[in-house]
Amino acid sequence: MAEILLAILLVPLVAAAFSYWLPDARWARGVTVAAALAVAVLVSIVDLRVSRTGPVSTTGGVLAVDALSALYLGLVAIVGLAAALYSWGYLPARHEPGAARLRLYYALFNLFLASLLAVPLLSDLVLIWIAIDLTTLLSAFLVAFEGRRPMLEAAWKYVTLTTMGALIALPGFLLLAFALTSAGLPVHWQALVPLAGHVSPAIAFAAFLLILVGFGAKAGLVPMHTWLPDAHSQAPAPVCAVLSGVETTAAIYVLFRLFPMLSLLRPAAASAWYIVPGLISVGVAALLLVQVRDFKRLFAFSTVEHMGILLVACGLASRASQLGAVYQMLGHSLVKPFCFFAAGLATIAVGTQEIAATRGLLRRSPLVATALLVGGLAIAGAPPFPLFVSEVSIIWGGFAAGRWLATTLLVVFVVVAFCAIMYHLVGMTFGEVAEADTPAPALPRSPWTALLLVGIPALALGIYLPGPLATLVHQAALALRTGP
Amino acid sequence: MSHVSQLSATLSAADSLLTVLVGLAALGLVISRQMAALLRLFMAQSILLAGSATVLAVGLPSEHLYFFAATTIGTKVVLIPLVLRAVATREIYAEREIDQVLSIPLALLVAAVLAIVAWTLVRPLAVDLGDSTLVLHVSVGAVVLLFGAFTVAVRREAVAQLFGLLVMENGALLAGIALVPNLNAIVEVGVAIDVPVIALVVGLLIRTIHEEIGSTRVGYLRELKDG
Repeated sequence: MAEILLAILLVPLVAAAFSYWLPDARWARGVTVAAALAVAVLVSIVDLRVSRTGPVSTTGGVLAVDALSALYLGLVAIVGLAAALYSWGYLPARHEPGAARLRLYYALFNLFLASLLAVPLLSDLVLIWIAIDLTTLLSAFLVAFEGRRPMLEAAWKYVTLTTMGALIALPGFLLLAFALTSAGLPVHWQALVPLAGHVSPAIAFAAFLLILVGFGAKAGLVPMHTWLPDAHSQAPAPVCAVLSGVETTAAIYVLFRLFPMLSLLRPAAASAWYIVPGLISVGVAALLLVQVRDFKRLFAFSTVEHMGILLVACGLASRASQLGAVYQMLGHSLVKPFCFFAAGLATIAVGTQEIAATRGLLRRSPLVATALLVGGLAIAGAPPFPLFVSEVSIIWGGFAAGRWLATTLLVVFVVVAFCAIMYHLVGMTFGEVAEADTPAPALPRSPWTALLLVGIPALALGIYLPGPLATLVHQAALALRTGP
Repeated sequence: MSHVSQLSATLSAADSLLTVLVGLAALGLVISRQMAALLRLFMAQSILLAGSATVLAVGLPSEHLYFFAATTIGTKVVLIPLVLRAVATREIYAEREIDQVLSIPLALLVAAVLAIVAWTLVRPLAVDLGDSTLVLHVSVGAVVLLFGAFTVAVRREAVAQLFGLLVMENGALLAGIALVPNLNAIVEVGVAIDVPVIALVVGLLIRTIHEEIGSTRVGYLRELKDG
């Protein structure tokens, strides 16, 4: 098992080298898809094993995977594979890049994927910090891919704000390392729960607050979210899918890991520190969703909303809501890439990202319009999609735990967000086509494969959860709590 | 296990002096108006940080901190200036003045407020941290972190923002060397790699922005907004 864990990290690194140095730039995309496929296979072997027999690790525990990391690892692998497939046909159709640019794109894409895969694989907290910091740095030029003024502005904000956030979080990690070594424990996330018996609440909460503020910027929590809609709207669609689907979740993954320790120390304070910032993000994102004008920004703000929901769900601290939190993470990471994939095809079909300029899409390109509408319904949390199931579970758990105010506010914000998303998408898909129609441009084929790859599980998981995956989800939810 | 409380009086005094000087170098960043001065300040600060690490390494003793001091000099005093010269010479080595959003007296006032904020925030932790060397490192580290963050937040000049980030990292590590003198080797290497990557990526981005827009005044990039 140890070799497989190591191979998951090495495969994208080797693919990055090949993508950059192979003589023909077109080979880069083949190498990238093959590597992503290999990673997906390796990850499914690991995930099945974790689901059947519990956590696995390398000797010495440098790399270790439990249910929560297995779940996140699986999501990174599938979104990575889908984005690699999508890039194949999308980049030439939308951006017409030269050979050098393509090589750089695929090399960086592989490195970016490696850094994302490292987050759930690593045990050492400071190494996890480094991996998360690298996700930003390695994806900066993917965001700036087109190299025009708005993309550069987006990339600049993205890099400076999230790196600044990471550097605010760094002393938090170092404080945790200090507490862990003082208690004679290894600096691993597995030691966080045992640490609760040794650490003073002041140190633990100081470390947590630094990480919340710092990685809050990375996850796009309000008020540090300002870079997110810019980066997630200006990057090429497959990059948006990875950024929104799994990169923001990396920061939430760390916050999830911290919660059990904090709630052992001070249960009420821990819940409040997760619920309040979470609710602020959900609320502000819901209002921003109403006035958005660009449909990629629409999906970006919905990511801010979902990151907030994840925090609230974790903080509500009841069994049902934490199960909902893990399910929400699963649903979001599959549905959001689907939305960005559909949005990317829509930009090719209509040549704009403006909501107001996109009318009657259903008549122009019925397939794209259907994908966009289905994605919108799924991301807004309509039944029978997985986000409906998870949100009901979170809300149910919140009321059951007697947290009436927080849960009621959550319901209100989620409903506002739902209406806003549907209002914009219905306007785009139906309605009259404004001018005499130019024929819709031919759409590339590979993006559809990617759409199906995330779409089928995204749609099916609302109705049916296969056995091993159900075990992972339940076990992962247990990682958020210490009691029964 | 080695701990900073084992320091002798002389070493402790030397370390305190170096730590405070690291803080002063960060103050220089907040008020500096010369583009070329920013890099020199950062290099000076990194040398001081390496000095402080060496003093702790002698006092504890800790092999890891010798390694840290060496990699700090290697990456921040040698490698980063080389990287920046390679990717963004015109932008970073330009002998020109940079826009200042705040006047120098006002910037000093803000810096004073930030320093007080940092001390107030670290105060409640002092009992748990215990040792005075540790408290000093964490407090000054927090001040440096805030000065760096302030520079990133209010300066409209990309080069100044880059050095704000790099100085923040120095602040975090100033606290780090006293908090965890024995980080394991893989982590040391990881941290040592991370900073030059920041410099490389941000430096390249600065050059691309300069080529595309003809200026590095990123504060004036305001195309993307809602409503």
